[in-house]
Amino acid sequence: MIVSLADVKPGKKVKVARIRGGLGVRQRLSCIGIHPGDSLIVLASGIMRGPILVSIHGNKVALGRGIASQVLVEEES
Amino acid sequence: MRFALVGQPNSGKSTIFNHAAGYKAITSNFPGKTVTYTVSKMTFQGTTFEIVDLPGTYSLTSFDLAELETRKYLLREKVDVVINVIDASLLSRELELTIQVLELNLPTVICLNMIDEADAKGINIDEQKLSQLLNVPVVKTVAHKGWGVDQLFETALAMGLKPVKSQHLTFSKDVEEVLQGLIEQLEQKGYAKKFKVSLRFLATKLLENDQYFMSEIKDIDAQFLKIIKTHQDQLEKCRDRASDVIISSERHHLSMDIYESVVAHSKPKVELRSYLDNILMHPFFGYVFLITVLYLFFNFVFYIGNLLEEPLLDFFYQFLPYIAERLNRYPLLLSMANGIVQGIAGGIAIVLPYLFPFLLGLAFLEDVGYLPRIAFLMDTFLHRIGLHGKAIIPFMLGYGCTVPAVMATRILESERDRFIASVLTTMIPCAARITVIFGLVAFYLGPKAALFVYILNMAVIAIAGKILSRLLPEVTPGMIMEIPSYHIPSLKVLLAKVWLRMKEFIVVAWPLLIAGSIVLSLLQYWRLESYLNMLVSPITLLLGLPIAVGVTLIFGVLRKELSMIMLVQALGVTDISLVMSATQIMTFTIFVLFYIPCVATIAVLIKEIGGKRTLFAMLFTFLIAILLATATRLVY
Repeated sequence: MIVSLADVKPGKKVKVARIRGGLGVRQRLSCIGIHPGDSLIVLASGIMRGPILVSIHGNKVALGRGIASQVLVEEES
Repeated sequence: MRFALVGQPNSGKSTIFNHAAGYKAITSNFPGKTVTYTVSKMTFQGTTFEIVDLPGTYSLTSFDLAELETRKYLLREKVDVVINVIDASLLSRELELTIQVLELNLPTVICLNMIDEADAKGINIDEQKLSQLLNVPVVKTVAHKGWGVDQLFETALAMGLKPVKSQHLTFSKDVEEVLQGLIEQLEQKGYAKKFKVSLRFLATKLLENDQYFMSEIKDIDAQFLKIIKTHQDQLEKCRDRASDVIISSERHHLSMDIYESVVAHSKPKVELRSYLDNILMHPFFGYVFLITVLYLFFNFVFYIGNLLEEPLLDFFYQFLPYIAERLNRYPLLLSMANGIVQGIAGGIAIVLPYLFPFLLGLAFLEDVGYLPRIAFLMDTFLHRIGLHGKAIIPFMLGYGCTVPAVMATRILESERDRFIASVLTTMIPCAARITVIFGLVAFYLGPKAALFVYILNMAVIAIAGKILSRLLPEVTPGMIMEIPSYHIPSLKVLLAKVWLRMKEFIVVAWPLLIAGSIVLSLLQYWRLESYLNMLVSPITLLLGLPIAVGVTLIFGVLRKELSMIMLVQALGVTDISLVMSATQIMTFTIFVLFYIPCVATIAVLIKEIGGKRTLFAMLFTFLIAILLATATRLVY
């Protein structure tokens, strides 16, 4: 099932399916190492619609809620 | 000979630079602190060369300002050797930049930095194999320990003496075909000479829709844009995706392939610090910890400062009667000598006791890597004032000095965010204003009153942010930020950093303080200060302050600490509480806190946001200062 990264519960491992949004968001995410097909683990989710903390390729990255909702992911078991 | 350090943010370029040049560039543990380049000369094994520390950049496609700066430097200046610094623990991602650097066709050396971090993560890199695959020398280093740095410079020097141009790596066949087609077209036009860059680099950037090159070409030959478009379309047809995505995923796959073939994985070390974030970034305990840290920090500065201020002041003031006795027949000399003593005493006894512990504490938080965590925790609140989490970094730096803080707003992506953050940063009490808060409010009215000033200040900044984002209702682009690993900073680096920042106070501000004090003495001697006081009297009367305070407000625009140090002199007493009531002290502090930024800040604001917007910032903060100070007079 494909959901937005913003809705994933902490502790879950997911795979990036697609990135919505324009050239800017796409390029900024790819620079920091997030591409379609990559696996990532959601580590924490900020309170009151705060940012999402993910672990990707062994690195921690914080994504604002708006950005995270542009990233569509598939849950891995 | 000139070496340029190029690499992704937080890969350790400035640490290597400082190792070579002495501590000249600020290093911290958050991505993007170097926003402009620093150059230094160094001598190594009898050869003198120049070394340039460039801002960190994720890619060589232009988007953010610091990244543009790096690319501009690489394309326009003559660089003999590019030293590509890589954080070895993030090798796969950092190689994506390396692939672009190799396309520049410049002599290149690769520095695999933070090998210790990579080891801890279980990433063991075969550097010889990497060197073979990339066709350039590779040196392993742990820069913060100085390990391998000499060998790096040896290798770079050898490369500089016998330069070998780097060679590009090849993409998949279908992409290469389109790329070669475009390269041929560019060659016919002779664009390599025009842009002073390799054709392959230019062609790749054009396929990626690079804004800078696209607009340059549009200016020279608008017809050529069609040719570029055809090639982009051709590329999109083979993969059914946007051409920029195709190029960036080519780079991604290429670096993954290299990564797989040079890395042997072992079991990562289990470290306590990887669990720290479970608490420090926790939705509840994270905030408890943050508030505790800030509270302890505040008390630390207050405790040290308070301990030193009084004995130091007593020490200097004991000279005053002695001078008065010696020089009482020469009133002009006497008043000048008084001015000098006040200026020296103000610098040493009032400013330094608070500045030093403050800067030390800030340097510690920066180097440990806590600032990005604060940005994470504060993101949701900053969204409410129309910014995002990263804006907390210029704000935190603003507690040190507004000038670098305004420059640090470059880490924000949109122009609107940078403008709002710059204006708000000018209202954050910098170290100079901290001395006013501590030296006046905390000293005379107690630490609780000082804490109140801070909390009020934060509330005002939040409201001002809200107002500004209502005026500019554009949506902030949102936060994408790396959270680096924690590091235990070395005391040597911390002290070097504090010294670098204090030096600015000692060599620039202190002479100004002394000169200001002398000027004030002379003004008083010739009874001229009353004219200046008259000029400011509408403000002082409105705020219910002694008229004599007026002149200090004028000098305060030069340096904020001048307001307070000259206050002692202007009022002619050493104990301010004798002539100013608690309300007046508070009103004065609130006004000084917010009104017009200092001259240095105005200069950097003009550079960063332009003259008109700077003028707006000045009027806006002045208005806030008047309103709040009047309210303080009536309420406090």
